[in-house]
Amino acid sequence: MIPSSWYLILSAVLFTMGVAGFLIKRSLITVFMSIELMLNAVNLSFVTFAHDWHAVKGQIFVFFVMMVAAAEAAVGLAIIIAIFRTRQTLNVDQIDLMKF
Amino acid sequence: MNPVPDLYRILPEVVLTITGVLVMLLDAAMPKTSRRRVLGWVAAFGTVAALYASLLQLNLPAGTAYYGTVQTDGFSIFFHVLICAIVLVALLVSLDTFPRNNQHTGEFYALITFGAVGMVLMTSAVELLLVFIALEISSITTYILAGYRKTSGKGVEAAIKYFLLGSFATGFLLYGIALIFGATGTTQITEIALRIPGAQSQALVLGGLALMLVGILFKVSAAPFHVWTPDVYEGSPTPVVALMSTAPKAAAFALLIRVLWGAFPTLHSVWVPILWVVAVLSMTVGNIAALRQENVKRMLAYSSIAHAGYLLAAFAGAGTASITAIAFYTAAYAAMNVGIFAAITLASGYDDSLPLIQDFRGLLHRAPVLAGLLLFFLISLVGIPFTGGFFAKFLSFSTAVNGGAFWLAIIGLLNSGLAAGYYLRFAVTIAQPPVANPPELPTYRVGIAVAVGIVLAAGATLILGIAPGHILDAATSAAHSFPAAISSTLP
Repeated sequence: MIPSSWYLILSAVLFTMGVAGFLIKRSLITVFMSIELMLNAVNLSFVTFAHDWHAVKGQIFVFFVMMVAAAEAAVGLAIIIAIFRTRQTLNVDQIDLMKF
Repeated sequence: MNPVPDLYRILPEVVLTITGVLVMLLDAAMPKTSRRRVLGWVAAFGTVAALYASLLQLNLPAGTAYYGTVQTDGFSIFFHVLICAIVLVALLVSLDTFPRNNQHTGEFYALITFGAVGMVLMTSAVELLLVFIALEISSITTYILAGYRKTSGKGVEAAIKYFLLGSFATGFLLYGIALIFGATGTTQITEIALRIPGAQSQALVLGGLALMLVGILFKVSAAPFHVWTPDVYEGSPTPVVALMSTAPKAAAFALLIRVLWGAFPTLHSVWVPILWVVAVLSMTVGNIAALRQENVKRMLAYSSIAHAGYLLAAFAGAGTASITAIAFYTAAYAAMNVGIFAAITLASGYDDSLPLIQDFRGLLHRAPVLAGLLLFFLISLVGIPFTGGFFAKFLSFSTAVNGGAFWLAIIGLLNSGLAAGYYLRFAVTIAQPPVANPPELPTYRVGIAVAVGIVLAAGATLILGIAPGHILDAATSAAHSFPAAISSTLP
């Protein structure tokens, strides 16, 4: 059987990839997908810990995270469409009307 | 067994949810051409009912409901009343200033009400799953409200920046919760506190605490997690800024106290130094950046970052005194910040017709009452005696000194002096004689709603400054909801 630490390491790697993607990528859609990757990495941690502790709480948590991620996607994509309508671009570097 | 029916413990949330659903249903049922303003009144009355429901909870003994997920105590009631009051004033200000021809008026009021559900739930949740859901209810509604001027470039830019950075922070918070769950096997806040001393991996606990702190400090816009604040405040409609600069922040501070004193009291020596550094950073970064702003809302955004710093300074205090100071400061900050943004909404309108500080030149001669109120809120933000801002700051810094953080208080006082610079510059601009061709003031009805809203905020700021007794008592009883804080205060 695969030890649970492997899943945790995979989860940490996926989370780091999500953070890196968020910081590096320049397209709004890809940045948004990086956030989804972070959330799903967390989900993997939750199910692993739920398995270790024999606690169903962690699995329930995952359902709620998925549900909230779906709600967030609905709002996020709507905002991205509004951005494209007013600016005709999805490049993060060109969305800079307001600066420090 | 628990003699109190579970439903009583979430009564304000239920009232607010029903109000929100009612507003949406009425919006759908009304003929297309009729005005939607009445829906704002429905939402406002629902909020008053929720405030009353929170006060009714004072009769209940403190306790939990729904399998230990919600807790009603002095602390949750204090923040319930505070948040309902903020939402009420924001609704009253919107009622008279929200544009008549906007097609989404019904949703606007419904979203504010639903957001309020999330914010009040955040203050009574004692189960991290519920904390997460409440935080998201409040965040997702504010993302939409931030982008309400969806045809303006700045409006959508504010929404996307808030949305992306907010979701990013939520990811960190969630990962923190996952690690805590991994270390302790539970997500119930009081059980976490019991299991932490026996946890096998303290590294997992510390990692979880750090990641959760990142998530929550983002929501209170403390440096270095503050970069979203100025842009979002500048691009969002001003009545929305009045709401989101105060109510979600009050809820997030309540959550911070609930998590730190509820789940991690044993790690007090770990999180106090972290918050010390964050407090100093927030004050300094906020004030220095505010000095060079030309846009009014950006300046106030940096000022709110600085105020988050003064608030965090109180965390260095000991036990119940610290929680009292934080609760009191949150109330005072909310009163004066809602007030100043309400006054700015009245002066410059929903569409920001006076965006810059110099546009306010001569306001005292053109609209004396409004300018007077604006000056009063500015004085309170500076922290001059006889206003809520002074007493709150005094309480926060004296708590920090009593807790042994002498230098933190000194840095805070120096920062307050620095902050007076930009507040007074704005005040002087308002009082100067008007220029030859002043920009047009927006025209709309200054009705009973906005007048009541702004008078409520001004009255609260004044009472918190000259007769803070009752609110201080309420804050003290809120602080006594935390057994860990009480036991750490005893010598």
